[in-house]
Amino acid sequence: MQAPASPVLEARDLACQRGDRLLFRRLSFALGPGAACHVTGANGAGKTTLLRALVGLTTPFAGEVVRSGTLGLLDEGSGLDPELPLARALAFWFAVDNAPDPAAIMARLRLAPLAEVPVRYLSTGQKKRAALARLIGQQAAIWLLDEPLSGLDTASQAIVSALVRAHCAGGGIALIASHQPLDVPGMGSFAIEDFAPAPEPADADGGEAAP
Amino acid sequence: MILALLRRDLAQFFPFAGGGAALPVVFFVAVAMLYPFAVGPDANVLARTGGGVVWIAALLAAILPLEKLVARDIALGFFDQLRLRGLAEETMMAVRLIAHWLSFGPVLVAATFPAAALLNIEGETFRLLVLGLLAGTPGLAAIGLIIAALTASLREGAALSGLLLIPLALPILIFGAGALARQDQSSLGFVTALSLALVALAPFAAGAAIRAAREN
Repeated sequence: MQAPASPVLEARDLACQRGDRLLFRRLSFALGPGAACHVTGANGAGKTTLLRALVGLTTPFAGEVVRSGTLGLLDEGSGLDPELPLARALAFWFAVDNAPDPAAIMARLRLAPLAEVPVRYLSTGQKKRAALARLIGQQAAIWLLDEPLSGLDTASQAIVSALVRAHCAGGGIALIASHQPLDVPGMGSFAIEDFAPAPEPADADGGEAAP
Repeated sequence: MILALLRRDLAQFFPFAGGGAALPVVFFVAVAMLYPFAVGPDANVLARTGGGVVWIAALLAAILPLEKLVARDIALGFFDQLRLRGLAEETMMAVRLIAHWLSFGPVLVAATFPAAALLNIEGETFRLLVLGLLAGTPGLAAIGLIIAALTASLREGAALSGLLLIPLALPILIFGAGALARQDQSSLGFVTALSLALVALAPFAAGAAIRAAREN
């Protein structure tokens, strides 16, 4: 069930807006197999918007996204039914994704003791770990992680870094939007603010000036 | 994947599975029980008007679960995750429509038997009522799904759903309840046609609505 041999994630002159506000423009990058990239930016700078545009959940304002390979997104929404015990909520996604050895995935993220706890009773960090378990089970070639470290304790943060390293070592792509540093060797990075539009609305290139 | 999704959706919405999902049926039977007390025990009045009351109760029972139907899974990112796995929004909504109807349609039809006994509905009227509900509830489910998807991203969505439902559900109600007054089976043909059209339309309308909800 391994993804196609060479995943690609590429943004070309991407511009996204939220509401009427242009968040960033002329954002380009290309990630090939094994590449990891860290996106930084203040709250509201457009990290989540960028990730959602990259996976195709929203349409970018301008530019295009080239992607080849299965996509895995880790964001605010865990996709796990709040009423169900964790093991059953995860079992749905493991079944959909044909995940190999769900028990090992749960053990890896130290979720085994929580198997019978309804998802709504989990803490922020526990929910995040559950969402990570869903992501691993999916075996996607391209990982887009939105704040994967927030709410996690130090041990769990180390697990996330290790997961990303293993994912990239296996030829996968990881794009991580986070305020915290990750311990992944060779990881590129860019700040989304570098692509923010000029504050002056009467900019020479036009097009972004809202009347 | 579609079968797994249907199983999951059914587990979410099926009555008696917990989470207050049995409420529509309880509501439906409660209306049938209270109505004779409200208008008095005159058997003729009950027999003449009871069918209409059952229809209104069915209509309202169909919109009770609307709030949970779509909005919660949007907030959960559930549809987003399915989209990433290559499932079209239309397919998700078609599955959701089936699950929604199964969760209240058959149970309402079954609950019509005690309700009819309470309201003194029998014979040909009863037959038309049961057939009409069988034909009409898929349409009501479809309307419910469209409304739930359209209002999912609005803050006062629940209040708006009730208002939106009234004009959309009127045709089904007119022909469905009208069949009882006129003892006329051909009206049920209209109900069936309306239901089929709505069922065919709903996955596309609801799918487009949840796609649009992502953009804001």
